[in-house]
Amino acid sequence: MYRYSEFDHAFLAERNRQFRAQVARRIDGSLTEDEFRPLRLMNGLYLQLHAYMLRVAIPYGTLSAPQLRKLAEISERWDKGYGHFTTRQNIQFNWPKLPDVPDMLDALAEVGLHAIQTSGNTIRNVTSDHFAGAAADEIEDPRPYAELIRQWSTDHPEFQFLPRKFKIAITGSPNDRVVTRAHDIGLRMVARDGVPGFEVIVGGGLGRTPMIGQVIRDFLPVADLLPYLEAIVATYNLLGRRDNKYKARIKITVHETGIDTIREMVEARFAEIAPEFDQTATEATLDTLRAMFAPPPLNPRDSATYEAARARDRLFRAWADTNLTPHRVAGYAIVTISLKAHGQTPGDATAEQMRAVADLAERYGQDEIRVSHMQNLVLPHVALDDLPALYAALRAQGLATANVGLASDIIACPGMDYCALATARSIPVAQQIAALVGALDIEQELGPVQIKISGCINACGHHHVGDIGILGLDRAGVENYQITLGGNATEEARIGSRMGPGFAYDQIVPAIERLLVAYLELRLEPAETFAQTVKRLGLTPFKTALYETEAQDAA
Amino acid sequence: MRTGLVITANALLEGDVIWVTSDNALTRDLSQAQVFTDRAEAEAALAEASARTGEIVGAYLADIRLTQEGPAPAHFREAFRTRGPSNYRHGKQAETGTTV
Repeated sequence: MYRYSEFDHAFLAERNRQFRAQVARRIDGSLTEDEFRPLRLMNGLYLQLHAYMLRVAIPYGTLSAPQLRKLAEISERWDKGYGHFTTRQNIQFNWPKLPDVPDMLDALAEVGLHAIQTSGNTIRNVTSDHFAGAAADEIEDPRPYAELIRQWSTDHPEFQFLPRKFKIAITGSPNDRVVTRAHDIGLRMVARDGVPGFEVIVGGGLGRTPMIGQVIRDFLPVADLLPYLEAIVATYNLLGRRDNKYKARIKITVHETGIDTIREMVEARFAEIAPEFDQTATEATLDTLRAMFAPPPLNPRDSATYEAARARDRLFRAWADTNLTPHRVAGYAIVTISLKAHGQTPGDATAEQMRAVADLAERYGQDEIRVSHMQNLVLPHVALDDLPALYAALRAQGLATANVGLASDIIACPGMDYCALATARSIPVAQQIAALVGALDIEQELGPVQIKISGCINACGHHHVGDIGILGLDRAGVENYQITLGGNATEEARIGSRMGPGFAYDQIVPAIERLLVAYLELRLEPAETFAQTVKRLGLTPFKTALYETEAQDAA
Repeated sequence: MRTGLVITANALLEGDVIWVTSDNALTRDLSQAQVFTDRAEAEAALAEASARTGEIVGAYLADIRLTQEGPAPAHFREAFRTRGPSNYRHGKQAETGTTV
């Protein structure tokens, strides 16, 4: 895990000192809100519907036990005893008071956490594969590169006032678990002649104008990473539109300019600036970072206890079947801890739950916790034989829901329950869908299906790339929910197709139920997933289920 | 149905929702807010309220309906602002006992 250097500590302390003074000047009237807003945003502080909200970055989604305990402490001391894990590996506190925020930031700094560049038109927290360093399918751990990018992008003087926010995602596996194709820049590790490099994808994004990113460089040597990223962002900084907020993201720049022209400009800029970057120094930094992220020594373990528990305990088996992912070391597993208990708020964890997970990470998980953009927590290195004990401890905390990848493992943005930009609520829709599939007990039968809900067109809930996407809108003063079908969030990313007219708040859950039931009737066999059935049959039978059944019910 | 306008914003320090009363105080309770039926008058009062940058942030006019029980939010967003989130009993509903 990355350890802060003296430079990092000093930088953070100085930045927090500055922000404390800015808050004081806002409170004593020396700064107007117009002057203060950009300052608070670049420190992660929003003003939302009911309160301020502090968004804290979790770089590459990796936390130590002491860091998670500190988040728990902060939630109890200055908030309401819980935190909300977001769809981009951040945690949000929904109820801070302005005068307390400098103390919260100092508390975060004690464990090397911060809220820098979690908002504003800057390069945001780099999201990374939440299974990094543990996944069996991985070429190389992407986190040393994510950390290199964090160091390069933090307070980068050229990129503090970009046309719009800028999001980078990185994965070290060919199987994309971070939606690289829906990011401003996606970095997907590939190997060529046994040497790792990056496929560089540019111009993806969801929001008002959803676009799948395009490959700008099919193989980038790792040593060229920073100058190439700098060339892309510099090109965007020049070309990107500042006249229209809705056309300011790089996806529009790439779309309007054309990927070939953008590629030429980026390559020209790259050729110009690459000599200024010291490749030897970058390699040395990367070696240091690789050592910090070196995998924990995992001794070979037996799995007799695990197998016995599987044979004995049906609930444990169901949980193991859904919540475990193969580890690169035999005898170990990657454990996903669902923050989607049926009827609960997706991504929320209480202080008590955070402490429990921190304790379990120390006891069974090599002191590492991951946060996924799917709004779950992950223990990346657990011995199979420790799983029965871990499961029992998770159950006691309400954290053993066996639903990872299933219908109730819903991504949902905060929506109009918290967010000032939202046009409708997301959370209660997610809660009701999860409660429904729980009550009907059809989740295991349905198999993998990703439902993603956004409470406005900005698409923080990634609805465009869900098997089922739900977008909440304000239609003539009433909440209305549009459904998209057939999206895909993997390396084969695809924007879903919009179905017909939207549904009212009290009609959206029955509509989703009709879709799920229709799938059960339409599929060829249980092994055919929801996505496969949609691909095979197209939208028509699902539209029929959504609309014609509704008409019959009304008749 | 009679309608009107109220001035609303968020408090600078606490960040919570406030409305402006007829004696230019700030209230956490919509029923205490001054109701304007004349838009020009409301906008003049809004300009005044917006100048109170040491107390409030982001003042604007919100539509209300005038009911037997007093002013009620015309739009669901404003209704949520009088209560708090729907997933937890936090915010105004916890402080004033307002039911969801």
